[in-house]
Amino acid sequence: MQLPPALRARLAGGPGAAEPLPVERDLAARAAPFRFAARRVRLPREHELFEDGDVQRHLYLQDVLTQVAEAPERPRRAFPSGHLLDAHILEWHDSLFQILSERQDMYQCLVEGCAHKFRTSEDRRDHMVRLHLYPADFRFDKPKKNRGPALPGPGAGEQLDGDAMEVSCEPGTPSAAPAGGQQACSRRIPSTICFGQGASRGFKSTKKRNKQH
Amino acid sequence: MWRLRQGRLRPSVCGMEELRRRQREREAALRKARREQQLVSKRLLRDDSQEEAGGGCVAEILGEAEVQQFLQLAQRGTEEKEREKALVSLRRGLQHPETQQTFIRLEGSMRTLVGLLTSNQALLQLEAARCLHELSHSEQSAVAEACLPATSYLLTYLSGHSSDFIELCLYTLGNLIVESEAVRRQLLPQGIVPALAACILSPHVAVLEALGYALSQLLQAKEAPEKIIPSILGSTLPQHMLRLLQPGPKLNLGVAVEFAWCLHYITCSQVNNALLITHGVLSTLGLLLLDLAGAVQRTEDAGLELLACPVLRCLSNLLTEPAEEAVGGPLQLGDERIVAALFILLQFFLQKQPGLLPEGLWFLNNLTADSPSFCTSLLSLDLIEPLLQLLPVSNVVSVMVLTVLCNIAEKGPAYCQRMWPGHLLPSLLNTLAFSDTEVVGQSLELLQLLFLYQPEVVGSWPWSPIHPALKPPVSLWPSFPFSPNYSCFSRPG
Repeated sequence: MQLPPALRARLAGGPGAAEPLPVERDLAARAAPFRFAARRVRLPREHELFEDGDVQRHLYLQDVLTQVAEAPERPRRAFPSGHLLDAHILEWHDSLFQILSERQDMYQCLVEGCAHKFRTSEDRRDHMVRLHLYPADFRFDKPKKNRGPALPGPGAGEQLDGDAMEVSCEPGTPSAAPAGGQQACSRRIPSTICFGQGASRGFKSTKKRNKQH
Repeated sequence: MWRLRQGRLRPSVCGMEELRRRQREREAALRKARREQQLVSKRLLRDDSQEEAGGGCVAEILGEAEVQQFLQLAQRGTEEKEREKALVSLRRGLQHPETQQTFIRLEGSMRTLVGLLTSNQALLQLEAARCLHELSHSEQSAVAEACLPATSYLLTYLSGHSSDFIELCLYTLGNLIVESEAVRRQLLPQGIVPALAACILSPHVAVLEALGYALSQLLQAKEAPEKIIPSILGSTLPQHMLRLLQPGPKLNLGVAVEFAWCLHYITCSQVNNALLITHGVLSTLGLLLLDLAGAVQRTEDAGLELLACPVLRCLSNLLTEPAEEAVGGPLQLGDERIVAALFILLQFFLQKQPGLLPEGLWFLNNLTADSPSFCTSLLSLDLIEPLLQLLPVSNVVSVMVLTVLCNIAEKGPAYCQRMWPGHLLPSLLNTLAFSDTEVVGQSLELLQLLFLYQPEVVGSWPWSPIHPALKPPVSLWPSFPFSPNYSCFSRPG
């Protein structure tokens, strides 16, 4: 297919529309048996005109073997998402949250984009299971268990298996942050919560922490 | 900017002829599958380097006892390396459909895998996710449905921190989505749309490409127009998709391909194309088309047609929207550079992918049908001759070329005058001799317009003796299968 040399220059040139030639139709043009009418055509997705393009798209998806990169340095955060982290910090470590939750619905739905709030984490769980079809044992929403005023010793209380979302500052400063469920110790924001830029946060498993006590 | 990320294909020992034959057979099978609406495409990520390090041995099918053993070791092993190795072995086995079936029939297997996926050890999480990814590639919807307990976690991880992990989760989700309606029914209330809308802000190209893939699978669902596309359109996704399709130094071909296909599925569903137009889709895709035409002239790279195809489809369908005419923007779709770009792409298709010519010509029809300006552009840019050169390609292409010529001719004498003389007459004589009745019919329509508006044509016509080419059409005259709308777009017999 030979294209006129000026065409490439036109593409590279500035925008502009051609001044249209005068249109002058004769009614006789559509006298039977001639029925041509210029019209724009809309094609649905399954139209056979799209067959070749769709097959090429399929081959492209199926045939490209993409190399998965090596796992990056082990991330310090085992926490799954920023959204959940924010919810967690608020609910577990914010003393104001505790006070307010006694008077109003403070437990926000954990699904990104859902604005519902609930009185208790159990209510929230019910909502997530019913409405968002989350599993009833969704691991990132363990309810607080009120263990009363006593501090837990090693091995006491439930094994949270890394679900307890503790926050501590790097590097390895022993954290005074309580393990989850310490109603008595959550009356103040633990000094080891780090805010602002430059502070990195990491998570330590409660299992290890308990062993240190 | 225009380089496609090339995967590493395994070298073949077959000759070129054998390869071509297999390719043709495969394409024929795929066409058949598409006609039966059975064409399911999935993406499989496999870590080639790991497999090569393992001595290139072929993974074996695992029996129930072995699957159980690997799962137990992964869950309860004392050494992390040991646990990881167990998962790697499981993952290799899961490349086989038989192992996949064994796995899903084993009680507690998915629960264990999900437990590992949500553990706080990154390497175990990654291997567990890779196992899920293998499962997602299954062609059995039962296997996809067995993965339902994992979907909420896959979604949660989309806002995580490791881009590789996110990429893997996205491809896995995309594969599961296309395989099972049950999965889609669950993912929507679980919040997949807001999760994707948040994830599309990622700066990582690999993540964006994976997201585009997953979204394209969601948009292809049969229930998409009613149940999925409205919420996609109501989210911030459309603006971001268009941002990622802006031509410029930041455009990534692999990413653009995925989102162009997403837009195609949205536009041809016609849920709310007016909304896309207000977001500037015509301008974005028009400028992208110009950029593509520039790129095909500069590079021999394969892959540009993968982007050109969906872009043309979107533009062409969007031209049928009433809202189209009302909107201005950086690229008015009266800009004749669009025509120049299209012809450069048609030439490119002719060389690389002739099967795409009908789509390109469909766009040309939609550009010229109601537009005296574009018809004039074709004349002033001397594009009639190149158009005629496409006539011999196929019957479908012939009909479409003739339709475009009719679009021009029907606008009256000023247009017909400029179409004449040149090679139009000999070309028409040829097409009148075609066996395909649609080609002949369209040729006669064009001839009639030329006779009407350019009487000199009558004098040039080889009337005597009656040209042999005219005899068959005359006898068929009363019985032309004129269907008013789409005859030019149907496949020849």
